[in-house]
Amino acid sequence: MPDFLLDVQGLETQFKTPDGIIHAVNGVSFNLKEGETLGVVGESGCGKSVTMLSMLGLIATPPGKIVAGEAFFFGHDLFKMTKEEIRHVRGAQIAMIFQDPMTSLNPVLTIGYQLEEPLILHLGMTKNQAQARAAELLSIVGIPNAKDRLNDYPHQYSGGMRQRVMIAMALSCSPQILIADEPTTALDVTIQAQIMDLVKRLRSELGMAIIWITHDLGVVAGLAQRVLVMYGGLIIEEAPVNDLFANPSHPYTIGLIGSLPRVDKNERHRLYSIEGQPPALYQKPQDCSFAPRCQQALERCWQENPALDLVADGHRVACWVDVKTGKPR
Amino acid sequence: MPNNDVLLKVEDLKMHFPIYRGVFQRQVGAVHAVDGISFHVMRGETLGLVGESGCGKSTAARSILQLYKPTAGRVFFNDVNLIALKREEMRGMRREMQMIFQDPYASLNPRMTVGDIIGEPLIVHRIAAGKEIQERVAHLLEVVGLNPGFAGRYPHEFSGGQRQRIGVARALALQPALIICDEPISALDVSIQAQVVNLLEDLQEQFNLTYLFIAHDLSMVRHISKRVAVMYLGVIMELAERDDLYLEPLHPYTQALLSAIPIPDPIADANRKRVILEGDVPSPIDPPSGCRFRTRCPIAEPMCAESRPDFREIKPNHFAACHKVV
Repeated sequence: MPDFLLDVQGLETQFKTPDGIIHAVNGVSFNLKEGETLGVVGESGCGKSVTMLSMLGLIATPPGKIVAGEAFFFGHDLFKMTKEEIRHVRGAQIAMIFQDPMTSLNPVLTIGYQLEEPLILHLGMTKNQAQARAAELLSIVGIPNAKDRLNDYPHQYSGGMRQRVMIAMALSCSPQILIADEPTTALDVTIQAQIMDLVKRLRSELGMAIIWITHDLGVVAGLAQRVLVMYGGLIIEEAPVNDLFANPSHPYTIGLIGSLPRVDKNERHRLYSIEGQPPALYQKPQDCSFAPRCQQALERCWQENPALDLVADGHRVACWVDVKTGKPR
Repeated sequence: MPNNDVLLKVEDLKMHFPIYRGVFQRQVGAVHAVDGISFHVMRGETLGLVGESGCGKSTAARSILQLYKPTAGRVFFNDVNLIALKREEMRGMRREMQMIFQDPYASLNPRMTVGDIIGEPLIVHRIAAGKEIQERVAHLLEVVGLNPGFAGRYPHEFSGGQRQRIGVARALALQPALIICDEPISALDVSIQAQVVNLLEDLQEQFNLTYLFIAHDLSMVRHISKRVAVMYLGVIMELAERDDLYLEPLHPYTQALLSAIPIPDPIADANRKRVILEGDVPSPIDPPSGCRFRTRCPIAEPMCAESRPDFREIKPNHFAACHKVV
C-alpha cells in the first residue's frame, strides 16, 4: 500500500492559443492521504481547475497538452493509462463535481436516467437495481420524496437541489476521492451552508478523501484539513489549515486574507488590496510571478523562481523573503 | 451641504410582473418581485441592501430608477416623487442618480471605445461638447485610477477590475448625488474586489456620494455600509445600523443568513453556532401567506401563516418584520 492515495509530481499543462502558448500549470506537486480533505485556493486562472482536469484526462487535446509530470493513484500513473483504464478510474474511483450544476446536467434527460447511467455502466447493475439505488442516493443527499423525483428533469430542480444531484451522482460508485471544483460558488449562502453541511456528514459516513477547489478562503477554513494556495500555475504555499490562517507565510496569501472583510468582526479599516493583476502566463515563469504585485520583493525575486521550502511542520512556502522580517530567507 | 437630510425615500414600493397565458394572453398571475418595501437613504451615507438571489433587490433598484414602472408605491428623490414624473422630466432627474452594474463584461458596449462609453452621458445630457468631453473623460479615468491614455481602447483590452473602474467612471460622469451599485464586485476576483471597494470608498469621501449598495456578500456589506436592509422574497425583513444588525440580528432569517457565511478563520469558524435553513426560497409567483419566511423559519408558529408581520421599530432605528420578535 503506497503512502498516498494520490501523488502528483511536476505536473505541467499548456494550452495552444492563437496568441501563443498559455502555461497554465507550471510544475505542480502535491499528495492526498486517505480520508483527507485538501483545500485548493486561488483566483481565476491560477491553474487550480486545470490541475485537476489534467489528472483525470479531461483536458481537450488539442489545444491542451500535459507536457510533464506523473500522477500516481494507488501506485499507477494516471498519465500512462489507456483511455479505457482512465475512464474506469474516473467516475468509479475518482469522482468530480463542477461549479455550475445547471450546465453539468443534461437538460433533456431525467434526473433518474442520469443517476442510473453510471451505476449500470460502472457497476453493472440492472435497470431495476439502478433505479432503487438512485432513489436511495437522492435521499442520502437530502432530497425529499426521492423516488417520485427521479422522473423530473433538471429544470424542475432548484440550484441547490441540482448540486445535491451532482453530489449523489459523484457518490454513486463509492469513489475513494471526490474532487469538487467550486461546487458552491453559484449558490446562495444559505444553500452553500446546506451543501457544506451535507459534505461534512458524507465525509464522516463514507470516509472518502476530498479535494475542494475554491476561491473562498472562508469555505476552506470551515472544511479543509490541509490547504494549497495557487498562483500563476504554481503552488506557492501549502500548510495545515490552522497554521495557514495563523501564520500565512507568502505575501500573496497574506494579501488574500487581508483583503477579506470579516462578517464576525466589529472593525473598520481600509481593506488591504493587492495592486495589479494576476500574470497572463504567456511564458513559463523564470522569476517569481507574484513579484510585480509584491510589496516585499527583493532583487532575487526578479531573477529566480523560488521552490517550495519547508518553514514549519507540514508548512511549505515558495518565497525568497521571510515575510516577518522582510529579509531574505 | 448638510449631511443629515434624506436623499432617497421609498414608500411601500411594489413591483409585480404580470404573467400571461393562453390564446387570449390573459393575465393568470404575477411575479411578486418586490412586494411593499419602505426605506430611506440619507445624503452621503451607504445603505446596504442584502439578500439571496431572487429576493428582489435588483428589481427594487431598477424600480427606484424608474427603469421599470412600479406597480404601486412612491419614490421620493430630493422630495420629488419620481413615479409622478413624465418621461422627459425623469430623464433630467437621471443625471442625479446613476447605476453601476454587476457584470463588467456585459455592461460595456464592446464596439465603443472607453472614451465614448464614459463620454456618452455627457452628450446625452448636453453637458459638454467637443474638446471638453475629451478633457472630462481623461479626468474621470484619472479619478478611477486608470491611465487617461486608455480612452481610445476597447473594453476587451481590459481586465475585469479595470472594466469595473470604467463602469464607475461612466457613472461619475454626470456628477450624480446617488449611485446604485448593483453587485458591483461579485464578478471580480477576491484580490480585485478590495481594490474596487477601496475606490468606491475614496470616491464617496471625495464627492460626497450616496450609495445604495446591493450585494449578497454580507461581509463586504458590513464593511462598506452605514445601515443595512435584509430582503427576503420581495420584502424587507430587517433594517438597522450596521453594527446593531450584525451584532444583534433580531429576525430569524438574518440570524440564519449571518451564521451561514463562511469565516476565513478556522478556529473562529469551528466555534460558532450555525443555523442551517431547510429547503429553498419559495416561488415569488405564489408566495407563502402571512410571513414570507415562515416556510423555512425554525421558530414559525400558526399565526405566522395568518397575518403578515408589520415592519416595526423594535429598538431605536432597528426595524424587523417578525411576529415573534419582542
